[in-house]
Amino acid sequence: MTELEFDPKPRVAQPTASPARSVRRRDKRRATSLFAHGEPMVWLTGGALGLALAMISTLLFVVISRGLPTFWPQPVVEIATHDGQRFAGEVALSESFVIGPEALAALPADAAARARAALETSGGEIDRRMLRSGNYDLTGTHFRWVSDFEVAAESTPEWMLCVERLEWGRFYGVPTALEFDGRRSEGPSAQLWAEFESAHAQTRATWSERRSIEEHDIGRLAKAKEEARLAVRSAELEYGLQSPQRAAAEREATALSAELDEEMRALGERIEELKALNAGRRLLVRTADGAQATLPLEQVVRAYPANQLSAFDKLAVYASRVEEFLLDSPRESNSEGGVFPAIFGTVLMTLIMSVLVVPFGVLAALYLREYARPGPLVSAVRIAINNLAGVPSIVFGVFGVGFFCYTVGGGIDTWLFPERLPSPTFGTGGLLWASLTLALLTLPVVIVPTEEALAAVPRSMREGSYACGATKWQTIWRIVLPRAMPGIMTGAILALARGAGEVAPLMLVGASKLAEELPIDGAFPYLHPERSFMHLGFHIYDLGFQSQNSEAAKPMVYTTTLLLIALVVVLNVVAIWIRARLRRRFQGAQL
Amino acid sequence: MIPAGPSPALDGDTLIPAPRRGLPSPTMQHPSSERSSPSRPAKVFEAIARNEPHVTETHLSLQGDDAVLEVEQFQLHYGAMQALHNISMRIPRGKVTALIGPSGCGKSTLLRSVNRMNDLIDNVRIGGSMRLNGDPIYAPGVDVIELRKRIGMVFQKPNPFPMSIFENVIYSLRIDGESDKRVLAQTCEESLRAAGLWEEVKDRLQDSALRLSGGQQQRLCIARAIAAEPEVLLLDEPCSALDPIATGRIEDLIEELKGEYSILMVTHNMQQASRTSDCTAFMYLGRLIEYGPTDDIFLQPHLRETEDYVTGRFG
Repeated sequence: MTELEFDPKPRVAQPTASPARSVRRRDKRRATSLFAHGEPMVWLTGGALGLALAMISTLLFVVISRGLPTFWPQPVVEIATHDGQRFAGEVALSESFVIGPEALAALPADAAARARAALETSGGEIDRRMLRSGNYDLTGTHFRWVSDFEVAAESTPEWMLCVERLEWGRFYGVPTALEFDGRRSEGPSAQLWAEFESAHAQTRATWSERRSIEEHDIGRLAKAKEEARLAVRSAELEYGLQSPQRAAAEREATALSAELDEEMRALGERIEELKALNAGRRLLVRTADGAQATLPLEQVVRAYPANQLSAFDKLAVYASRVEEFLLDSPRESNSEGGVFPAIFGTVLMTLIMSVLVVPFGVLAALYLREYARPGPLVSAVRIAINNLAGVPSIVFGVFGVGFFCYTVGGGIDTWLFPERLPSPTFGTGGLLWASLTLALLTLPVVIVPTEEALAAVPRSMREGSYACGATKWQTIWRIVLPRAMPGIMTGAILALARGAGEVAPLMLVGASKLAEELPIDGAFPYLHPERSFMHLGFHIYDLGFQSQNSEAAKPMVYTTTLLLIALVVVLNVVAIWIRARLRRRFQGAQL
Repeated sequence: MIPAGPSPALDGDTLIPAPRRGLPSPTMQHPSSERSSPSRPAKVFEAIARNEPHVTETHLSLQGDDAVLEVEQFQLHYGAMQALHNISMRIPRGKVTALIGPSGCGKSTLLRSVNRMNDLIDNVRIGGSMRLNGDPIYAPGVDVIELRKRIGMVFQKPNPFPMSIFENVIYSLRIDGESDKRVLAQTCEESLRAAGLWEEVKDRLQDSALRLSGGQQQRLCIARAIAAEPEVLLLDEPCSALDPIATGRIEDLIEELKGEYSILMVTHNMQQASRTSDCTAFMYLGRLIEYGPTDDIFLQPHLRETEDYVTGRFG
């Protein structure tokens, strides 16, 4: 046997080799080196993870710490300065700054003296605060800075109200009188406040009724009229200008139009009635500098005596503001009001995108993994798909607007909606095109994990299926896909997160600053994929960089960011929950 | 049951009264080691090494059996490498035939050729023929899918599908489009009973099959294979991934299925081959060396090589 011939040699060699080795070991007499143990590697890897976590938690901390207090009511401070100005407002920001000699020289003599004194006591820096002073319609500014050395007197007046209005932002002032349905009361502030609360509720109810008529009923009539006009146009395009069909449509439209005008006039009368009812309902207010202002009650969204709120009252104001934020439409160029249309648009767009991208990506991955013969071509395709994930998203936006909106959408318009031209229906940015563009963008995110999941299905399972006489497709449909489903869900989750947070392409293909109508409503066909929509990500960009009142919008940026993050988390948690359910169903304990 | 009578190829003066089953005990000397003249000189392996054509030593007692599967001059190449050389054998109906041999000798390849699982691998070429109950397996125009439905297969590692126990068992009916609930339920129960699993799982048929133990999973796979009422049942080392108790149950099951099903089984375990099979085929380097009734192969093999292998002297 060959082993016997080779066997003695190592035995002979060993005694000569081992003393040398053991001598060397004995010489060193050391423990295994630190690097061999790998402890520095533990620190390195742990440190890398720690750093990543620190960055993420810092981001979250900033967003949460600035986003959550946005709606918390602050006390209103009234300040009298040495140069005789008086104003009131909420402190939005306070900081220290160094005042330069030129700036100091530019100050009036007595102010400069006070500033120097303040500089001496505080060691070279001056404290200043930014007050949200509101009253934009009177002062032309929302905010003003006040340095501490300018302040002559400071107080928090008991009946200083903070009034949020539909227009012009906030108003700060003390109520002096209330006019309600021809009755004028000028009682003490406490009594006035009590009267205001009930009057305000009534006024707002009237206002809501008017809004509802304006938005829904008038809108419905206008739509019916427009449809009649489109019917005429459609008949004209189909049968010609002189055709009897067009004449018939014209007659119908005229009759309908007369009917609608009648209805419209009735509604108009009702609106005028309600307007007149509310016109006499006003709150008279004196501002900090003594000016008188008249606030129409129906313009007041919310008012509260900021300096006498209990913690519970503050909580109530907070809750009411959060509710408005989540459920109302925006106003004042998005810097106030709610973001409901944006939440709605984001969720709907993300869902449509997922519904489009997941089946599409799974089919592509199936062909790539199951049917395509491996070779250079398949490898090239795979590399191309991976690279697609690295293409800047704005490029997808450009493609979306060029291909989906103008080419496909324009084609649909000339084919299906010629009567509406030149105003586009599908030939412009809209929900459908945005969803399709993002589906394209997230395609690699679905294909790659799906392919991996398909590859991970054990060969033995496929063979078992083939051995039972299943065809390839039966095997894929009944064995491979169910087994790969958790992996496919992972791809869907990644796509969901990526798609929900994407903004750049949306700016081109359908997200808008303010969408008049939601993409889903009660009018047939209920889902309107051609409408433009609002998106939280775009809303953040718009608030932060396009807003005229950027200082007021800043807290809203954080709050909206917080909301977007929360929304993505919720969408993810739902998807992960579904995946966990699938895992339990398709995998046993030992797999 | 083994065909009666000692092999005519041997002279009758056997020392041993041939126990029914089991390996020869250490104290019991194997006949051929004492006999001075085995039927042929022990030079088969050298002949194979010289690449000479090899003729299988098939015991005559097998010739008259009714064959469910006939293999004739079957060859298989993986690319340039020839894995099976001119294999000819007849698998008797209603019996258990074991394929033994050292690793890499082509047992599994032969088994997987029967239901054409090798079609799934690229670069496979075959020659010769196989017939299942007279129908050619390798002929142009054979519907492989339909063919596989006539053959059941159980793999080395239990491979239940990621679905419920019930769906696993009736998988072959489902892919045939059977939707009659009564038929499905009845088939499921019969197959599970035949596989000896019914009592253990009858209350949790809708549970995932992946939650069963390894032995239960393998019996489930057997139930799945026999649900299609196959003409041949192929077992590819069905116990190699199981513990001894589960192995014992599978062996008992094979014993019970014998007669009703024709079973072709690959095994690495000599005891298992001698305990459960009626016929045994010894393969080496892609050749079928010796094929005969199990008792003869284990107790009175015609070839020295077979004897060396079954007694554990090589391999």
